[in-house]
Amino acid sequence: MERSEAVKTCLVVDDSRVIRKVARRILEDIGFEIAEAADGMEALAWCRAAMPDAILLDWNMPVMNGIDFLRLLRAEPGGEAPRVVFCSVETEPDRIREALDAGACEYIMKPFDGDIIGAKFAEAGLV
Amino acid sequence: MSPQDIELFVALARARAGLKIDPAKTYLLESRLGPLARRENFAGISEMAAALRALREEKLIWAVVEALAQGETGFFRDRTPFTTFRRELLPTLARLRGGEPIRVWSCACGAGQEAYSLAMIAEDAEGLPPGTQVEIYGSDISERSLEKAQAGLYTQFEVQRGLPIRQLLAHFEKVEDNWRLTPRIRQRVRWRRVNLISDLTIMGRFDVIFCRNVLSLMDAPYRRRVLESVAALLPPDGLLILGEGETAESITDAFRPVTGRPGLYVRNPAYRAAAA
Repeated sequence: MERSEAVKTCLVVDDSRVIRKVARRILEDIGFEIAEAADGMEALAWCRAAMPDAILLDWNMPVMNGIDFLRLLRAEPGGEAPRVVFCSVETEPDRIREALDAGACEYIMKPFDGDIIGAKFAEAGLV
Repeated sequence: MSPQDIELFVALARARAGLKIDPAKTYLLESRLGPLARRENFAGISEMAAALRALREEKLIWAVVEALAQGETGFFRDRTPFTTFRRELLPTLARLRGGEPIRVWSCACGAGQEAYSLAMIAEDAEGLPPGTQVEIYGSDISERSLEKAQAGLYTQFEVQRGLPIRQLLAHFEKVEDNWRLTPRIRQRVRWRRVNLISDLTIMGRFDVIFCRNVLSLMDAPYRRRVLESVAALLPPDGLLILGEGETAESITDAFRPVTGRPGLYVRNPAYRAAAA
């Protein structure tokens, strides 16, 4: 609970530098401190060093994809804590269900804008 | 658009729908009327204004008024009123009404998101007494908006503002790049075109009226008229819900605010006595 006073951190995981940059700008505007990772493996290393409050997570990435990362994260010590918002071009209901079953709290279908990120982070209880 | 054109559109919107449009907001007029002028095969907005002056054709007048009446809508917009409805109003009314239907009216429903949000709440409600019936009505001044509402088909953008992903999966089907509410939810809502400044007594009784983000578009005398005519449709324990930043107490004595619940109103019994 003591964390709620501090600035919340969000790890943005996406293999596109442009998407990371856009997401960073939007999330910084709503008060998050941002870290970036380009794939699931990098994201896992980040989480082992410092567990973020939130993770904005792409699905299709090289090295390790988002869903594999999420399953590994949830098995880590303290890995159940971050609120994970998926953010992917996958829009089939079955795929979305798969992400939720793996432990995602919310799901954004790309393309997104500031309003969508704001609304989805509110749904995930992050703002 | 000449100042005379602007004057014409502003006057029509006021006379027909009670709308208050700031003549200085030319961008608003242009963004609403430009697409309409194209649809109606005019070379531009000024040509449409000229046709209106020459013919005064009802169909075109209404198309203009409807275009100017459009507001922003969204699923579970502002969240709090829907949480209040789900957690407090619906269980209380279910107890009070017994088997009698609970009638809920989204009176300026736009493209239907508010009415469908209420329908999803009614569908998912747990712990209500057996036999509880919830009837949901959606109305709007715009025929075009109602057509969209009735279709229940929304873009990927529209379903991502305010709608939790689990609700999307539970109550929508994917249709190509869009999302359509399931027949189960669509069948829960009845639609009707209603101009709020007309005689509303034909609407019958309602237990809860969602009247959100529409009074703020209206001119002062019409705000009062709308509030007083919706008050007459509510039983003594009925409830009115206004939009964020909208109030009733500054406009009429017909309602009393519910303490600690911004935007939630009950009928003022004293006002009823005065009217009788």
